[in-house]
Amino acid sequence: MNFVLELIVSIFLLIGGGFILVGSIGLMRLPDFMMRLHAPTKATTLGMGGLLIASMILFTLREPGHISVHELLITIFLFITAPVSAHMMAKTALHQKLKMISRTRGQELLDPASQQLAPPQTTEKVESPKA
Amino acid sequence: MLSFTVILVSIMVVIALILNLWRLFAGPDLADRLLALDTMYINSIALIILLGIWLSSTLYFEAALLIAMLGFVSTAALCKYLLRGDIIE
Repeated sequence: MNFVLELIVSIFLLIGGGFILVGSIGLMRLPDFMMRLHAPTKATTLGMGGLLIASMILFTLREPGHISVHELLITIFLFITAPVSAHMMAKTALHQKLKMISRTRGQELLDPASQQLAPPQTTEKVESPKA
Repeated sequence: MLSFTVILVSIMVVIALILNLWRLFAGPDLADRLLALDTMYINSIALIILLGIWLSSTLYFEAALLIAMLGFVSTAALCKYLLRGDIIE
Protein backbone atom coordinates (compact mmCIF):
# COMPACT_ATOMS: atom_id res chain seq x y z
CA MET A 1 0.00 0.00 0.00
CA ASN A 2 1.33 3.35 -1.00
CA PHE A 3 2.28 5.71 1.82
CA VAL A 4 1.18 8.87 0.00
CA LEU A 5 -2.22 7.35 -0.75
CA GLU A 6 -2.69 6.46 2.91
CA LEU A 7 -1.63 9.96 3.94
CA ILE A 8 -4.12 11.67 1.62
CA VAL A 9 -6.95 9.36 2.65
CA SER A 10 -6.11 9.87 6.35
CA ILE A 11 -6.16 13.65 5.97
CA PHE A 12 -9.61 13.56 4.34
CA LEU A 13 -10.88 11.13 6.99
CA LEU A 14 -9.64 13.41 9.78
CA ILE A 15 -11.28 16.46 8.18
CA GLY A 16 -14.59 14.61 7.88
CA GLY A 17 -14.53 13.18 11.39
CA GLY A 18 -13.58 16.55 12.87
CA PHE A 19 -16.50 18.28 11.18
CA ILE A 20 -18.91 15.57 12.31
CA LEU A 21 -17.69 15.86 15.91
CA VAL A 22 -17.88 19.67 15.87
CA GLY A 23 -21.41 19.52 14.44
CA SER A 24 -22.58 17.25 17.22
CA ILE A 25 -20.88 19.35 19.90
CA GLY A 26 -22.76 22.33 18.48
CA LEU A 27 -25.98 20.34 18.55
CA MET A 28 -25.43 19.62 22.21
CA ARG A 29 -24.22 22.99 23.44
CA LEU A 30 -25.92 25.79 21.49
CA PRO A 31 -28.78 27.51 23.32
CA ASP A 32 -31.47 27.86 20.68
CA PHE A 33 -33.19 25.64 18.15
CA MET A 34 -32.25 27.79 15.18
CA MET A 35 -28.61 27.77 16.30
CA ARG A 36 -28.77 24.04 16.89
CA LEU A 37 -30.16 23.60 13.39
CA HIS A 38 -27.14 25.46 12.09
CA ALA A 39 -24.48 23.13 13.45
CA PRO A 40 -25.27 19.61 12.11
CA THR A 41 -26.00 20.86 8.60
CA LYS A 42 -22.31 21.66 8.28
CA ALA A 43 -21.53 18.21 9.63
CA THR A 44 -23.66 16.73 6.87
CA THR A 45 -22.09 18.52 3.95
CA LEU A 46 -18.46 18.94 4.99
CA GLY A 47 -18.08 15.91 7.26
CA MET A 48 -19.78 13.38 5.03
CA GLY A 49 -18.14 15.05 2.03
CA GLY A 50 -14.70 14.49 3.54
CA LEU A 51 -15.38 10.86 4.42
CA LEU A 52 -16.82 10.07 1.01
CA ILE A 53 -13.95 11.78 -0.83
CA ALA A 54 -11.51 9.72 1.24
CA SER A 55 -13.41 6.54 0.39
CA MET A 56 -13.53 7.42 -3.31
CA ILE A 57 -9.79 8.08 -3.44
CA LEU A 58 -9.00 4.87 -1.57
CA PHE A 59 -11.19 2.51 -3.57
CA THR A 60 -10.32 4.12 -6.91
CA LEU A 61 -6.55 4.07 -6.48
CA ARG A 62 -6.33 0.73 -4.70
CA GLU A 63 -7.37 -1.19 -7.82
CA PRO A 64 -6.10 0.42 -11.03
CA GLY A 65 -8.59 0.67 -13.85
CA HIS A 66 -11.55 0.56 -11.51
CA ILE A 67 -13.47 3.72 -10.67
CA SER A 68 -15.60 3.68 -7.54
CA VAL A 69 -18.80 5.66 -8.04
CA HIS A 70 -20.99 4.31 -5.24
CA GLU A 71 -19.89 7.16 -2.99
CA LEU A 72 -20.87 9.70 -5.61
CA LEU A 73 -24.48 8.50 -5.34
CA ILE A 74 -24.47 8.92 -1.55
CA THR A 75 -22.80 12.33 -1.85
CA ILE A 76 -25.30 13.65 -4.38
CA PHE A 77 -28.23 12.28 -2.41
CA LEU A 78 -27.03 13.75 0.89
CA PHE A 79 -26.20 17.11 -0.68
CA ILE A 80 -29.67 17.31 -2.20
CA THR A 81 -31.63 16.19 0.85
CA ALA A 82 -29.76 17.99 3.65
CA PRO A 83 -30.99 21.54 2.79
CA VAL A 84 -34.50 20.24 2.17
CA SER A 85 -34.76 18.56 5.56
CA ALA A 86 -33.14 21.55 7.30
CA HIS A 87 -35.70 23.85 5.68
CA MET A 88 -38.55 21.59 6.75
CA MET A 89 -37.27 21.51 10.32
CA ALA A 90 -36.95 25.29 10.39
CA LYS A 91 -40.54 25.56 9.18
CA THR A 92 -41.59 23.15 11.90
CA ALA A 93 -39.82 25.23 14.53
CA LEU A 94 -41.52 28.40 13.26
CA HIS A 95 -44.87 26.63 13.21
CA GLN A 96 -44.54 25.36 16.77
CA LYS A 97 -43.42 28.76 18.11
CA LEU A 98 -40.38 27.44 19.92
CA LYS A 99 -38.79 29.68 22.51
CA MET A 100 -35.78 31.53 21.18
CA ILE A 101 -33.24 33.72 22.86
CA SER A 102 -33.58 37.39 22.11
CA ARG A 103 -30.55 37.62 19.82
CA THR A 104 -32.11 35.27 17.27
CA ARG A 105 -33.35 37.16 14.24
CA GLY A 106 -36.58 36.67 12.37
CA GLN A 107 -38.81 36.23 15.40
CA GLU A 108 -41.50 38.39 13.81
CA LEU A 109 -42.09 35.45 11.48
CA LEU A 110 -43.28 33.23 14.33
CA ASP A 111 -46.90 34.36 14.46
CA PRO A 112 -47.65 34.31 10.71
CA ALA A 113 -45.86 31.01 10.28
CA SER A 114 -47.86 29.33 13.01
CA GLN A 115 -51.09 30.45 11.33
CA GLN A 116 -49.83 29.38 7.89
CA LEU A 117 -49.95 32.95 6.55
CA ALA A 118 -47.58 34.74 4.24
CA PRO A 119 -44.71 36.59 5.94
CA PRO A 120 -45.42 40.23 6.79
CA GLN A 121 -44.57 42.71 4.08
CA THR A 122 -41.73 44.80 5.42
CA THR A 123 -40.53 47.44 3.03
CA GLU A 124 -38.45 49.66 5.27
CA LYS A 125 -38.01 47.43 8.30
CA VAL A 126 -35.34 45.27 6.67
CA GLU A 127 -32.33 46.33 8.65
CA SER A 128 -29.00 45.98 6.97
CA PRO A 129 -25.80 46.71 8.90
CA LYS A 130 -24.63 49.57 6.71
CA ALA A 131 -27.99 51.33 6.34
CA MET B 1 -1.38 4.39 9.36
CA LEU B 2 -4.75 4.09 7.68
CA SER B 3 -6.04 1.55 10.22
CA PHE B 4 -5.06 3.86 13.08
CA THR B 5 -6.82 6.81 11.41
CA VAL B 6 -9.96 4.77 10.77
CA ILE B 7 -10.10 3.76 14.43
CA LEU B 8 -9.54 7.37 15.54
CA VAL B 9 -12.24 8.76 13.25
CA SER B 10 -14.63 5.99 14.35
CA ILE B 11 -14.10 7.03 17.96
CA MET B 12 -14.87 10.63 17.00
CA VAL B 13 -18.07 9.62 15.20
CA VAL B 14 -19.16 7.46 18.15
CA ILE B 15 -18.64 10.40 20.51
CA ALA B 16 -20.74 12.49 18.12
CA LEU B 17 -23.47 9.84 18.21
CA ILE B 18 -23.46 9.86 22.02
CA LEU B 19 -23.83 13.65 22.04
CA ASN B 20 -26.74 13.34 19.58
CA LEU B 21 -28.32 10.74 21.86
CA TRP B 22 -28.02 13.15 24.76
CA ARG B 23 -29.82 15.82 22.75
CA LEU B 24 -32.43 13.25 21.70
CA PHE B 25 -33.26 12.48 25.33
CA ALA B 26 -32.85 15.99 26.75
CA GLY B 27 -34.24 18.06 23.89
CA PRO B 28 -36.83 20.46 25.25
CA ASP B 29 -39.10 20.30 22.20
CA LEU B 30 -40.18 17.85 19.56
CA ALA B 31 -38.23 19.69 16.85
CA ASP B 32 -35.01 19.24 18.84
CA ARG B 33 -35.55 15.50 19.04
CA LEU B 34 -36.30 15.46 15.32
CA LEU B 35 -33.06 17.30 14.60
CA ALA B 36 -31.15 14.88 16.82
CA LEU B 37 -32.61 11.90 14.94
CA ASP B 38 -31.73 13.51 11.62
CA THR B 39 -28.13 14.01 12.73
CA MET B 40 -27.97 10.47 14.12
CA TYR B 41 -28.80 8.82 10.83
CA ILE B 42 -26.20 10.90 9.04
CA ASN B 43 -23.58 9.91 11.61
CA SER B 44 -24.56 6.27 11.26
CA ILE B 45 -23.93 6.57 7.51
CA ALA B 46 -20.47 7.86 8.43
CA LEU B 47 -19.91 4.80 10.66
CA ILE B 48 -20.98 2.43 7.89
CA ILE B 49 -18.60 4.09 5.42
CA LEU B 50 -15.78 3.77 7.95
CA LEU B 51 -16.64 0.08 8.35
CA GLY B 52 -16.43 -0.31 4.58
CA ILE B 53 -12.99 1.31 4.54
CA TRP B 54 -11.87 -0.86 7.47
CA LEU B 55 -12.98 -4.10 5.82
CA SER B 56 -12.02 -2.75 2.34
CA SER B 57 -15.33 -3.84 0.91
CA THR B 58 -17.60 -1.75 -1.32
CA LEU B 59 -20.66 -3.75 -0.32
CA TYR B 60 -21.50 -1.44 2.57
CA PHE B 61 -22.22 1.58 0.38
CA GLU B 62 -25.52 0.00 -0.62
CA ALA B 63 -26.53 -0.07 3.04
CA ALA B 64 -25.39 3.54 3.46
CA LEU B 65 -27.50 4.62 0.48
CA LEU B 66 -30.53 2.80 1.91
CA ILE B 67 -30.10 4.49 5.29
CA ALA B 68 -29.75 7.88 3.59
CA MET B 69 -32.98 7.47 1.62
CA LEU B 70 -35.04 6.08 4.51
CA GLY B 71 -33.69 8.69 6.90
CA PHE B 72 -34.67 11.54 4.62
CA VAL B 73 -38.13 10.08 4.08
CA SER B 74 -38.67 9.62 7.82
CA THR B 75 -37.48 13.16 8.59
CA ALA B 76 -39.78 14.59 5.92
CA ALA B 77 -42.72 12.55 7.22
CA LEU B 78 -42.15 13.62 10.84
CA CYS B 79 -41.81 17.27 9.81
CA LYS B 80 -45.02 17.00 7.81
CA TYR B 81 -46.77 15.45 10.79
CA LEU B 82 -45.61 18.22 13.12
CA LEU B 83 -46.49 20.90 10.58
CA ARG B 84 -49.92 19.77 9.45
CA GLY B 85 -51.07 17.20 11.98
CA ASP B 86 -51.24 14.64 9.19
CA ILE B 87 -48.72 13.00 6.88
CA ILE B 88 -50.69 12.46 3.67
CA GLU B 89 -53.64 14.77 3.31
